[in-house]
This record gives sequence, structure tokens and C-alpha cells, in this order.
Amino acid sequence: MTMDAQTASDRKRNMRRLSPTELKRPKESLRDRMSIILRSRVAIIGLVIVLFWVWVAIFAPVISVHDPLAQDATAINQGPSAQYLLGTDALGRDVLARLAYGSRTILMLAPLSVLAAVIVGTFLGLVGGYFGGLVDEIVMRILDAIMAFPTILLYLIIIAAIGPSAINVVIAITFVGAPGVARLVRSLALDIRVRDYIRAAELRGESPWYIMFFEILPNARGPLIIDSMLRVGYAIFAIGTLGFLGLGLPPPTPDWGGMISAARKYIWTNPLSVLWPALAISSLVVGLNLFADGLREESTRYQ
Amino acid sequence: MQQSHKPQTPILDVRDLAISYETRYGDVPAVRDVSFDIQRGEAHSIVGESGCGKSTVAFGIVNFLGRNGRIVNGQILFQGQDLVGRSPEELRQVRGDRIAMVYQDPMQALNPSMRIGDQMAEVLVVHRMMPRARALDYCVTMLKRVQMPDPENVIRRYPHQLSGGQQQRVVIGMALLNDPALLIMDEPTTALDVTVEATVLDLISTLQREFDTAIMYISHNLGVVARVSSKVAVMYAGEIVERAAVSDVYLSPYHPYTQGLMRCVPRLGQSKRESFLYPIRGRVPSPKNLPPGCIFEPRCDYARDLCRQRRPELRPIKLGHWGRCHFAEEIVQMGWQPPEDFVAQYTAERSVDAAARPLLKVTHAQTFYPVASQKLIGGKKQFVRAVDDVSIEVRKGETLGIVGESGCGKSTLVKTIVGMEKPTSGDFEFMGFDIAMPVSKRKLELIQELQMVFQNPDSTLNPSFSVGYQIGRPLRRFQTVPRGQVEGEVMRLLDMMKLGGRYYNRLPRQLSGGEKQRVGIARAIAGRPEVVLCDEPVSALDVSVQAAVLNLLLEIQKEIDTTMIFIAHDLSVVRFFCDNIAVMYLGQIAEIGPAEAIYAPPYHPYTEALLSAVPIPDPRAEQKHIRLEGAVPSALNPPSGCRFHTRCPRKIGKICETETPPWRDAGNGHRIFCHIPLAELRQMDPVVTVRPGNRLGRQHA
Repeated sequence: MTMDAQTASDRKRNMRRLSPTELKRPKESLRDRMSIILRSRVAIIGLVIVLFWVWVAIFAPVISVHDPLAQDATAINQGPSAQYLLGTDALGRDVLARLAYGSRTILMLAPLSVLAAVIVGTFLGLVGGYFGGLVDEIVMRILDAIMAFPTILLYLIIIAAIGPSAINVVIAITFVGAPGVARLVRSLALDIRVRDYIRAAELRGESPWYIMFFEILPNARGPLIIDSMLRVGYAIFAIGTLGFLGLGLPPPTPDWGGMISAARKYIWTNPLSVLWPALAISSLVVGLNLFADGLREESTRYQ
Repeated sequence: MQQSHKPQTPILDVRDLAISYETRYGDVPAVRDVSFDIQRGEAHSIVGESGCGKSTVAFGIVNFLGRNGRIVNGQILFQGQDLVGRSPEELRQVRGDRIAMVYQDPMQALNPSMRIGDQMAEVLVVHRMMPRARALDYCVTMLKRVQMPDPENVIRRYPHQLSGGQQQRVVIGMALLNDPALLIMDEPTTALDVTVEATVLDLISTLQREFDTAIMYISHNLGVVARVSSKVAVMYAGEIVERAAVSDVYLSPYHPYTQGLMRCVPRLGQSKRESFLYPIRGRVPSPKNLPPGCIFEPRCDYARDLCRQRRPELRPIKLGHWGRCHFAEEIVQMGWQPPEDFVAQYTAERSVDAAARPLLKVTHAQTFYPVASQKLIGGKKQFVRAVDDVSIEVRKGETLGIVGESGCGKSTLVKTIVGMEKPTSGDFEFMGFDIAMPVSKRKLELIQELQMVFQNPDSTLNPSFSVGYQIGRPLRRFQTVPRGQVEGEVMRLLDMMKLGGRYYNRLPRQLSGGEKQRVGIARAIAGRPEVVLCDEPVSALDVSVQAAVLNLLLEIQKEIDTTMIFIAHDLSVVRFFCDNIAVMYLGQIAEIGPAEAIYAPPYHPYTEALLSAVPIPDPRAEQKHIRLEGAVPSALNPPSGCRFHTRCPRKIGKICETETPPWRDAGNGHRIFCHIPLAELRQMDPVVTVRPGNRLGRQHA
């Protein structure tokens, strides 16, 4: 009797404590996740570098005293000075300002294009991996065909076909990146779909879409997140490359790749103006890679 | 037996051994205060549940503790010399090649890309500088000694071309090549089927006599230990709680934990109608958080104040019998009473109406898997005949057990019934509906009535969702209860599983194996199905947990009158749990009938062999010695006539090879698929006989 009453009150107390959102998904406490990051020195270094650039992007107007598009005819191709901390380019524009505003473009475009690639790739990978058979065969062979092209060639073809613009850069990177994501997700899905909880879902008569997106996908998120972070690094490279080749953002928008390309001609007279954007690209990519590697190591160590 | 020998230096003498693992949460004392010794030619077992530290002790002896493990205290004397604290080079000199180890999975121990002969000879070539040709000869001799059929041929094969039992023979032979003084075996038969296990256990006993090696045998299986060893140490949470000769430990255990273990396992031949299992309450304490007094105190029925305050030492209670309990002598005098809150309910005999229409009726079921042809072009398409002409009937409220060794088709049969595999032919009728189709084509109402409990607790739950969500999902999907009441119903189910509401928000990784399995059961019964199919639901669990889960299943069955199909390979569990049993061999049913009829003559010769192979945790039990020859034939190309004829010890002649056997009806639904006439089958002796004798704590059974 007393036992029953106790469990009943227990139950009531428990139920009152649960809000609807809590019931849907158990939350992994933020502290848990942060502790994984903080345990790895590599990840911390990576995170600091990335956060530095995020900070630069957010506070670009504060950091740069000058307008990134304003030209100063009196100071062309100058080295660092008190007025222009990192010097000026061939049109007399402030390199620091262009670098700061350039980080905005790159930090917008790279994650956006990776997000698009991940969405497309995940969808294709789940479909191929879960359904298998002929569907898998068709999807994967098409993706293989895309992957058979050298990536740089693919970028050139796509941008040449649809013209250079911010949105087209995103489209190109999505198109090139999606097959890789799809392969990863497919291999994860192949592994997960034979687990018993997937069978249990099938035995409840769940639809294939529910199984793919609610039963399989959440369990693939770990490797997928780490892979995506590495992909943001590749995307930054790709945007830099496209900019360098003149296929990125149309001038005069500040763009790191474009800056390197423009300053390249004056490399002997003003070498620093090439160095700054190059350093910016490589540090951001290295930071992202360190962060992803550290995370991966730390999250698989105790499994 | 040992007393008659002159006192001699033991081969292995472990004193006060303590081993800790460094983790991110600090040092975890995995093994504490472990002392035992093994004499020459003696087989000493260490038995305990998973995580009790038995393997850690073995790894400590061979210095395989890994980077984060270290010996904190104690001595390991091997032939009189201490192994603790020596450098790997010194260890090599002291130990030489005189300690060998055999692991659980033979496939992991053998190099898959080397021929058997080459990898065996390598041991001799490297350690003894033996010329290769002589080494190979010696290997053939060794393979003969481990009773490997056709050894000259085997040395030219690759590991994957051998069966599991043969692989384990090779591993054991390899371990014996250097004539070790100590052979450590860590669960060497756990991955094998019962009939294979029986032959390997026979081999181990023979070798122990022949080679005069000291054997340290690690196992979780009380029955196996009773068969191979003379002495046994019972480990619990990193400590040895009892140590004595096998018969002493099994017939008059002193420690409450050992007693509890004995009450957890169903005896072969007992059923839910005349006995029940008493699980040990609570759970094993985490080594990070040990009780200050006796480690078993929180779960002990006899615990007193002293137990909470002072840690008991492992002390001699009588000659050759050591126990770690303050009150061992008193406990044995007192006898054991089930705790007051344990509601003992025998499962009553069901009045199953034999005339009633069966709930589930499978007739001449066949499930074949196509296999790609070996040839590049053309070639006939081949099929694995996983289930071939099986007929079963299950009536409401009944439990049908399906037993058989791996590959006998029991899982495929269940998968076909539940709709995960497409049947090749046959009639499948469930509640009057045809269900010979995959689950995706079935109606939701029909799907709801047929649910399943899975084997592996680690993959039965989706790691990303909370317990509450996963139990609630079938409720939402089948609309068993109105939307608003889902949470309440989940709470009710959690209570029914004896988990309680605080489990609602937990993630699967925060649960133990037994708890995961309970959640899996809750999920299966949430939609109130008519039939629940259980695919080895307890075989991955420790014995004490297994008892609790079995009791839970029984309770559920009583409460909501579920019909069950229960697959298992453990014959004692099936006998305990099921009303009817089907014994399967190579895709066919060999014998089917009421549980008690299966375990008594007349037997199908295969059932007889299975029963004689089961390890029984009772030294008084005597089993007929029947061992099956050879491996199970391939289901790609099953033998003609009776499928069992290639291995049958009772084969009567040509007829077994050419003609399909008839069904012999032994009455009361008991049917045997065999050419031997019923009258002859009836004359068989029972396989298991138990010598009379009182057994502690089993008065209630």
C-alpha cells in the first residue's frame, strides 16, 4: 500500500518535472560537450584560431578604420604603416579592412555551401544505404561519375557555365562536395541499418523516411559533424582558389583569393600584401582541421 | 586429492594481488586482494559475472594490462619466482615461453592469411630454432594430440576453412607446442555451440592429464566450470569470495553470493510450474564506489551491522574451503528463506484448448537465401536452405521454445514469421490472416499484434533517444492509448519492468545490460501484442540478471496473457520457460512436443546428443557421454534422407541416407522425425541422472 502510494507520488513528481521539449529529446548537457573539447589541447588551439576569425568577421567595421573599397591614391602598394596597419594594395585600399571584410564573405559562404552539400549528400547517402539494391547502385554510380572528375576542373566547368557569383560558388561547392558526404553517410547507414533498433522500427511498420531520418541519421551525426568541419576547411580552400582564378566573387567585393591574385603581380615590390591573405586562408583552414581532429580523437578515445 | 601429494612449490602462486586501471575519473581498483595457487597438473577455475575482474587477473599474470593498468600490490609467483615489477626483458627470462594463453574467439587468435601449419610451425622455429620441416612434423603430431581429424590436411588450410571447434583445437594445440607449465584459458568455449563445446571440454580434461600442465580456466558458466576443473574460485566485484573444491562450492556453498548464483540458474529439467528463479537483488557495485564493509553486503540477505563496518577476510572455513564472509558457518546452519517481498508465484498449468484454432500456424514453411554462383558467367543459382519444410502451431497463451545450434534456422524461422524475411513457400496464418509477406506489406493492425524482443542489449535501443521516447513510440504509432495518455502509459510500463519513472529521461548508454533488455521488452509489449517473439533475450546477460529478466517475462505473460515464441540455445532456460519445445537441426524440426516430453525418452538422437552435451552446474549430475562427430553440414547442400544422418550416433542404415524420415507420434503432441521405430526410441535411457543428495537452499524448488 505505502509502496504503491510512494511510487505513484514519485511518478507524479517525475512527470511534472518533464516539459514537452524535454520529453522529445534527451539533451546532452552543454557541459558534457564542452568537456570533450576542453580535454584536447589540439582542439582548443584550433577553436581559438577559428574563433579569432569569427571575431574578426563580426567586428569587421570596428577593427578596420578604413572602408575596404575606399581607394587612397596617395598610398599605393605600401607596406605596413601607422595609418595602414597591414599596408595597402595596388589600388591604395586598406589590406586590413579588406582582410576583415573578406573574412565575412568566406565565413558566410564556406559553412553555407558545406551545409548544402551535407543536406544533399546525407539525403542521397541515406537513400542508397538504407534501400540498397538497385536504388543504391544507381545513386552511387552517378556520384562516382561526378567524383571521377578532378575537383578543380569541375569547379571551372560549373562556374564557367553558370557565371561567377556568391550563390553560384555555393552551388559549385555543393555539387562537388555532396558525393563525398553521400559516401560517408552511406557507409554509416549500412552499418547502422543492421542494428536491432532498426529492425524494431521496421517491425512497428515505420515508414522508410522515418527510419532514415529519425532512427539512422541521429546515430550518424558524430562522424558527420567532424567530416563537415573538415569540409568547411576544403570549402575555404575552394573559395580561395576560385577567387584566385577570378571565378569567385566579382570585384570589388573583398575576397581573400581575389586579393592574392591581384597582389601577385606586385609580389617583388610589396610581398606582404600577398602574405596577409594567404596567411588568413591557411590559418583558418589549419584551425578548422585542428579543431576537427582534436574532437575526433577525443570523442573516439573512450568508446 | 591434493592432500595426498607431498607439499610442493605451486606452479602459480598469486598473493594479495591488486590491479588498478587509470581512467579519466582517477584510479579504478579492478582487482583487490586476490590470492590463489595452482599446483602442477591441476585445473583451477575462476568463475564470476562480467566485470568481476577475472580476465584482469589473467592479464596481470601475463603482463598484458595495457597502458592504463598496473599491479598496485601483491606477488605473482610463477614456479617460485616473482613476476611483479620486472621489465619485459626479465619477464621473458623468468617466464620464458612457459605460460600460454587461449582466448575466447579462435578466429581472432589465428592469422587469417597464414596457413595453419605455417603459423603453428612459426612458434617452434622462432622459440626453439627448429628447422621448418621438423617443426611441421611436430605440429602434425600436436594436432593429433588435440584430436584434430586429418591433421596432415589441416596444416595446409587457412583458418577460415576450419569450423569454430577445429579452430579452437588449433589454438589450444599451438599453446601446448612449447610445453607450457601454465595454460591460461579465458572463456575458450563461450563462442562455440554446445555440442562443439562438449568435445573441446573433453579435450581440455584429457590434455590436463596427459601433459601434466597447470590450467587456469576462466569462465562465467557454472556448468562448464563443474565439468573441467577440480578447484574453483568465485570472484565478485574484484575479490575472491569463495574458493574450494568444485563439489564443495556447488553442493555446500558458504558465501551468500555463491548461494545466490546457484539459485539463479534453472536446473536442467526444472520448469516454471514447479520452481522459480531467485535473482540476486540490486546490482554489482562500481569499483569506483565500493561499500566500506563487505562488498556483497548491499545485496546480501543476511547482512548485519558488522558486515557494514568491517571488511571480511578470505578465511579458511573448513579444510580446503575458503570464504570471505563473517558469518559463513551460521548462514549454512540457518538455511535460506526467500526474502519477504519476493512474491513466489508458480505458473499454473494452462488450460490450453487443444481443439481451439491455433493463434499462429505455420505449415511447410521454406525460407531460402539465394547465393551468388561461384562461376563468373552462367552457373546454377544456389540457395541456402535456412528453413526447409517447418510446420509449427502456437495456441493462445502458450510459450513455444525453439532450440538448436547456430545455423539451424531458428532465427530465420522467427524472422520469416515476423516479416523480416520473405518466405520462399509455405502457409503462414496468424489470427486467421495470411502473413506470408514482408512486414512492409502487412496491415498496421497485424503488425501491432506481432512484436519482437532482441538478443543484443547493446543494439536493441537507439542510442540517440531517451528510454521514455522509445517506449512511447509504439504507443503513438499504434495508438494503443489516446495521445494525452502516452506518458502515463510509459510510466506504467516502466513500473511494470521494475525500472520506475526516473528512467524516463535516461539514454541507453546510462543503462546496464539487464536494464536495456527490460526497456526492449517494454517497447515490445507496449502495443499489447498478441504474440511476442523473443530471440535469445537473456543469452547475453549475466546469470543473476538473466534470472530477473526471465521472471519479468513470466510475470508479463501472466499479467497480459501474451503468447510467446522463445528462441534460445540454453537448454535449461528453455526447459524452464517454455510449454512446448521444437528442436531444430539444419533447417528442419527434429523433434517437437511438450517441454517435459522432450527432456525424457523417447528422444530424437539429436536431442539426446544435445542434452548430453549441456554443461550442468551440479557435480552430482551424470550425463550419458554422446559426442557428435564432424561439423554441421552446409545448408547450401543439405544431406539427403535424414539431414542428421552424417553425424547420427544411432544411424540404422541405408534408409537414413536415402529416405526422408517419417514423423513418429509419441502421443500428446510429441512427434519425432526419425527412422528408428518409436518402440525402440522409448527404450532409451534418460540422458541426465542426478545422484540423490541434499542441496543447500533448494528446499523450495
